[in-house]
This record gives sequence, structure tokens and C-alpha cells, in this order.
Amino acid sequence: MSKKPEEYEDIPGTWVFDAERARKGYHLNAFFYSLMSAANRAEFLADERKYLEKFPMTEAQRDAVIKRAWNTLLELGGVSYAVVKLAFTDKKSYQHMASKMAGVTESEYVNMMLAGGRSPDGWRSKSEKQG
Amino acid sequence: MAKIIAGIGTSHTPAIGAAVDNGKTGEPYWTPVFQGYEPSKKWMAETKPDVAIVVYNDHVNAFDFKIIPTFGLGCAAEFPIADEGWGARPVPAVQGYPELAAHMVQSLVLDEFDMTIVNEMQLDHGLTVPLTLLYGQPKAWPVRVIPLAVNVVQYPAPTGNRCFQLGKAIKRAVESWDEDLRVVIFGTGGMSHQIQGPRAGLINKQFDTAFLDGLTSDPERLAHIPPLEYLRDAGAEAIELVMWLIMRGALGSRVREVHRFYHVPASSTAVGHIILEVA
Repeated sequence: MSKKPEEYEDIPGTWVFDAERARKGYHLNAFFYSLMSAANRAEFLADERKYLEKFPMTEAQRDAVIKRAWNTLLELGGVSYAVVKLAFTDKKSYQHMASKMAGVTESEYVNMMLAGGRSPDGWRSKSEKQG
Repeated sequence: MAKIIAGIGTSHTPAIGAAVDNGKTGEPYWTPVFQGYEPSKKWMAETKPDVAIVVYNDHVNAFDFKIIPTFGLGCAAEFPIADEGWGARPVPAVQGYPELAAHMVQSLVLDEFDMTIVNEMQLDHGLTVPLTLLYGQPKAWPVRVIPLAVNVVQYPAPTGNRCFQLGKAIKRAVESWDEDLRVVIFGTGGMSHQIQGPRAGLINKQFDTAFLDGLTSDPERLAHIPPLEYLRDAGAEAIELVMWLIMRGALGSRVREVHRFYHVPASSTAVGHIILEVA
């Protein structure tokens, strides 16, 4: 038994954080949550691999953390509000993380936003995106 | 009798808080945002409500993934400020109103809205940025705050209609409190934005404008926007706008728009703001 595909899975370039992703990402998100204390941030940065061993996540999740593979972290069950704590730990901003996810430089991203942001046209469904 | 006199819709973008905390409000990037809130600060200074119910969402700061309340009402006497990953914002702790919050819980549950009772909770930018925008940088917040945390982090968020109906129940709860209090309610978050994945940066001004218009002209229509429409048309994080519908539901049928502001961008977000007085 499994459920039918959700309509929101047809939105391109987006991972909706639902119950299934939350299940897969539980320990990954617990790691991000731990970065809310300065002591933990310092301990993590001193030896990332060792710190990550404390959380029973998958090796693929650990690798994505170390590589700062932001979209992979979403795909593997991270939720952006938690993932961003890793960017903050690196002294980077939300905007920095969003630009990496969008695959552009931070200044290109800022300029896109200053020009009014990304239009939803062409981004509402996977078929619209390809067509 | 306590009475809800006005509602405030506003974005709660963390970068806005950081701009204030780091003294950047005079920079060209930020000037338009803060100018847009000048009339609001004046309005707030003149209105001087006794209590603010602030509907907001926690961003994995008070609640990790062990427990995720759909609706959590803050019943503490004081709420500390969270360290979200870069140190806590340098803003005062928030003073609650435990007696009124406890009354609201009782009234709401008997009215068939099953609230989660939250007796300890750290507050993040979702609540503190709206206070900063409306009150500036006081040494202590000049209002008692009842936080109402709504889950919009893990899908599904409560529906727009559920939020709208909860707002109506909040109005009944407040009006059954026998103390002369002037209460405002904040609906925070949004407007259109997406801060994840290759589609990050999505903005939909047309959607946002229709939403702002609908708050006075046809809130029932807004209450029936399905979750997919927010996600698809206004960005994955635009679902936060359901929290504005709690605010709108609490104002009753007739409202008067006294201020509106809309600006793109603040970081990845369309900043939307409205003040509605009960007519």
C-alpha cells in the first residue's frame, strides 16, 4: 500500500516538506536544530564528520551536509527553515543559500529580486517548465 | 469587556530584523521598507493597545520535530528570544498574559478548536520582526503579547478556512473576558515567496494584490484558496498567508483599511502589510 502522488509534486524546482520527507529527514533536521547553540556550532565546525556521527542519519545526508549540497539536503528530507541554520553557522545569509539553490551567483540572485523576483510563469508545473 | 479593535497583517522576513539590529535601515536597499512602516509606527503609538495576539509560525526554533502543534497558544508570563543560529536578536523578552491566554485556551477548546497549550517557548523572528516593525527598538515592548504559533513548516498547514473560523472563535474568546482591554491581532508571514530549491525567488505581485484587496472585499473567497494554489502560484513559503486569515476572522464582518504597503524585495520576500480597523 502506498498513497497516490501528491499534486504538489508537479511543481518544478520545489520540495514540499511533507510527512514522508519529514520521516526521512528526521535525524538530519535534528542535526540542523542542534546548531542553535554557539557551543554546538563551534564543535561542528572543528570536526564536521565527527559531529555528524552523533546523529543516526544516512551517509548520503552526511555527505550533503559536508558538501553544502543545498538542494540535495532538501531532497533528502531537510526543511529549508532548518537547513538554513547550516548557512548561518557558516556566517552566510538566507539569500546566500537561496542563490545556491537557484544555481546563480548571489549578486545575480539579488538583482533578480530587485527586478521584482522570479515570475511564476513557466514555473507552475513540470510540463509548463519543459514546454 | 475585552475587545479586538484592529488587525495587522505583515511579513516577518528575518533579514528585516537583521537590518534593524545591524543599523542598516538607512541603506538604499532598506529605506523603502522602513518608510512603508512609518505610518504604522505612528498608528501603533496612537492606538496603544493593551494586548497583542500575534499569529506567527515558528521556524524550527521553539519546536524541533519531536512535537509539531498545528495551533499552539503561548500561556507563559514571559517568553525568551531564540538563538536561531547566529545568536539571539538583541530585542527585549516578550511579556505574556497568562490569565487571558488560559481563558482563551478554555474558551477555544470548548468552542471545538483544540489548541495545544505551550507553557515554555522561545520566540523567533516570526514574532519579533513584526513587533520591531510596529514598535521600533524600545527597551521593553509596551504591550502584552499572546503568541499563537501555527504549523506551516510541515505540510499540510491548517486550511485557510480552518484559520478563518479559528479567528472567529478567538473573537468570541476575547469578548468573553471581563476586563476592559483593547486588543489587536497580528497575522504574520508571507506574502509571496519561495526560499528553497531551484524555484527560489518566486514572487507573484498579482496574487498578493488580490489577497490584500480580498481582506476587505471578500475574505470568504480568500478562506477557500486551496493549499496547492498558494504553493504553486505564490511560492512554497506563501502558505504562511493562512495566518493572516486568523487575524481577519477575528475582526468580524466589517473592517476599514487604514494603511497598506507592498514592496519587493526584502531578501527573497514580497513584503506585504495592511492595517484593518474594526468598522
